[in-house]
Amino acid sequence: MSTYVRPAVSLVLLMTLVTGALYPLAVTGIAQVAFPDQANGSLVRDEQGQVRGSALIAQEFKGDGWFQSRPSAGAFATVSSSASNLAPSNPALAERVKTDASALYQPELGPVPQALLTTSGSGLDPQLPPEAIAYQLPRVAAARQIPIERLQALVDEATLRPLVGPPVVNVLALNQALERLAPVTDR
Amino acid sequence: MHSYDFALLLAFLALVLLPAPWLGRFYYKVMEGQRTWLSPILGPVELGCYRLSGVRAEQEQNWKQYTLALLAFNLMGFLVLFAVLLLQGSLPLNPQHLPGQEWSLAFNTAVSFMTNTNWQAYSGEASLSYLSQMIGLTVQNFVSAATGLAVLVALCRGIGRRSTHNLGNFWVDMTRATLYGLLPLCIVLALLLVWQGVPQTFADYAHAVTLQGADQSIPLGPAASQIAIKQLGTNGGGFFGVNSAHPFENPTAWSNLFEVASIILIPVALVFTFGHYVKDLRQSRAILACMLGLFLIGGAVGLWAEYQPNPALDSAQVQQSAPMEGKESRFGTTASVLWTVTTTSASNGSVNAMHDSLNPLTGMVAMVNMMVGEVIFGGVGAGLYGMLLFVLIAVFLAGLMIGRTPEYLGKKLQAREVQLLVATLLVMPVGVLVLGAIAASLPGPAGAVSNPGPHGFSQLLYAYTSGTANNGSAFGGFGANTVFHNLMIGLAMLIGRFGYILPVLALAGSLAAKKSAPQGQNSFPTHGPLFAGLLLVTILLVGGLTFLPVLALGPIAEQLSLGF
Repeated sequence: MSTYVRPAVSLVLLMTLVTGALYPLAVTGIAQVAFPDQANGSLVRDEQGQVRGSALIAQEFKGDGWFQSRPSAGAFATVSSSASNLAPSNPALAERVKTDASALYQPELGPVPQALLTTSGSGLDPQLPPEAIAYQLPRVAAARQIPIERLQALVDEATLRPLVGPPVVNVLALNQALERLAPVTDR
Repeated sequence: MHSYDFALLLAFLALVLLPAPWLGRFYYKVMEGQRTWLSPILGPVELGCYRLSGVRAEQEQNWKQYTLALLAFNLMGFLVLFAVLLLQGSLPLNPQHLPGQEWSLAFNTAVSFMTNTNWQAYSGEASLSYLSQMIGLTVQNFVSAATGLAVLVALCRGIGRRSTHNLGNFWVDMTRATLYGLLPLCIVLALLLVWQGVPQTFADYAHAVTLQGADQSIPLGPAASQIAIKQLGTNGGGFFGVNSAHPFENPTAWSNLFEVASIILIPVALVFTFGHYVKDLRQSRAILACMLGLFLIGGAVGLWAEYQPNPALDSAQVQQSAPMEGKESRFGTTASVLWTVTTTSASNGSVNAMHDSLNPLTGMVAMVNMMVGEVIFGGVGAGLYGMLLFVLIAVFLAGLMIGRTPEYLGKKLQAREVQLLVATLLVMPVGVLVLGAIAASLPGPAGAVSNPGPHGFSQLLYAYTSGTANNGSAFGGFGANTVFHNLMIGLAMLIGRFGYILPVLALAGSLAAKKSAPQGQNSFPTHGPLFAGLLLVTILLVGGLTFLPVLALGPIAEQLSLGF
């Protein structure tokens, strides 16, 4: 039996050493030198150096003067992340979508884009498609008293167009730019 | 679909198909112990492992010895992981002071990672310490994939060799698969992912004050290193609870492309490895054509189904477009469907969109991919040995049709081999239909479903399919973390893993012992379009006929009730 037990025990331990300790340590070492910003969570700081969030993690924004994030099934909880897991046939989904739609609907802008009515997979989606930003543009411009063209320029600047994925706008980055341009006092 | 959608699909196919012939040859050389460009670096590590564990690398094993070694290694790995999960509260590297897992959850998790399933009845960032993620889960991510690769090469040797009892040495195969086969690719992928934004740190969770003044805890950890192996090893267990939908686990469209291609990079390459073992790459091309055909059928049906707007949301105030519930903005529909089809084809089980919220027929494609036994590329090693079983079954059926003793590459298939083949055909039905039926008929366990109507049944069906197929993805609303489901799905995972491995190794032993008959004019050719077509039909008939009734009760009923 020891023909099997000794190699089994020692190889489990050796593989633990190599793949469980040396491998993550080596990757951490290289990553911390090569990509320190990303490796530590793409943290976003203000002028005082205070951490205000992560570029990759959604924040909740309330109020007309802010671009609102993608709806979150977990109320933007980061520990732990969660989704609604509502089936397309679940009446609760249709009910929620239609209630939210009637609150957001603006006749002059047409039907509300789905990204503003559906919760994301992670509950922490940091981005929105450009049409979901465009739907909020008149409201934000009015609340902050900025010309719509100025705001549109800001949005265009913040829009990412990857070659292999849909265009997206980072909501936190956009709201930060907004604060620099025309601060609101209601926080 | 937009131009970026087509760019994604093309880039994906190029990334998995172009390197495959080269990578497949690399795996052949590695597993046969030939020198590669990595030997100067990894050779001393490999030899050190053998010396410290008392393994004599040149000593080959027969199929029983090979199986015992595999079982001993897996049992030991299970026990270590089980202990780490139970005791993590008293172990170091636990900055969030998380307690140990409850026993049935720890059992389920340990089985799940040991069997390359990575079913997760917990949420990583809320219940696992950095230590558990690293020396617990990451290790099993590597060695469970290496185990699959070892079983595959044992079967390849069984088919390729003649008149021998030797199938190789499990310890050597497992070590080489881990060191040469997985580790270097993982380092490359992990760094690519960090570049795109995946965290890799041992620091505590960060604390932030949001723009509107709320407190936010930002979970961090050594994520990239684990995500790299969970993709490449077809494991699928997420560092974070929502897996690759989490913006830290899959931050951009590019990271998404790298991750989704990594799922089947190795399984595709291994098809060519098989060709090198049997010294006939035409066999590889026939098998690859069949796999690709099934993959494209699933992909096309999935894309078509998921682009249909949900009739239940029909309202003048709601934009009618492809449903976005459970999907991330940076992926959209095409990338979400591509991932769904790939992850279920390849027993990976990671997700970048919530399968529970997919349209019914898209969810059904995911289930069918798993129900046919994870042979459409499949898991590392496991996919191809499953596919080779179907190849042998197709050869047997062809033999019946033309009235000759079936033979594959000169090896005659006789009563013993066919018995073993039939045993493997029972694995999926037993795990899905028998265990699933037990769960569905008990009021307590059936209460784990979270959606009403046929979809609720689909949730339970998906759970037992995913467990038995060693996939690990879920209809996430299913409340799987109960003692009953932890134990039953744990059992399904064990049946699904060892119900294949044991017959495959026995078959390898029995084929290796046979003489090889020269292939004459009357042999049924197992390359070319005729055989690839026969293979495809065999897979669909065996899978389809067994599971069609149960699919009619779940996704098909849901589709019809929604009025698409």
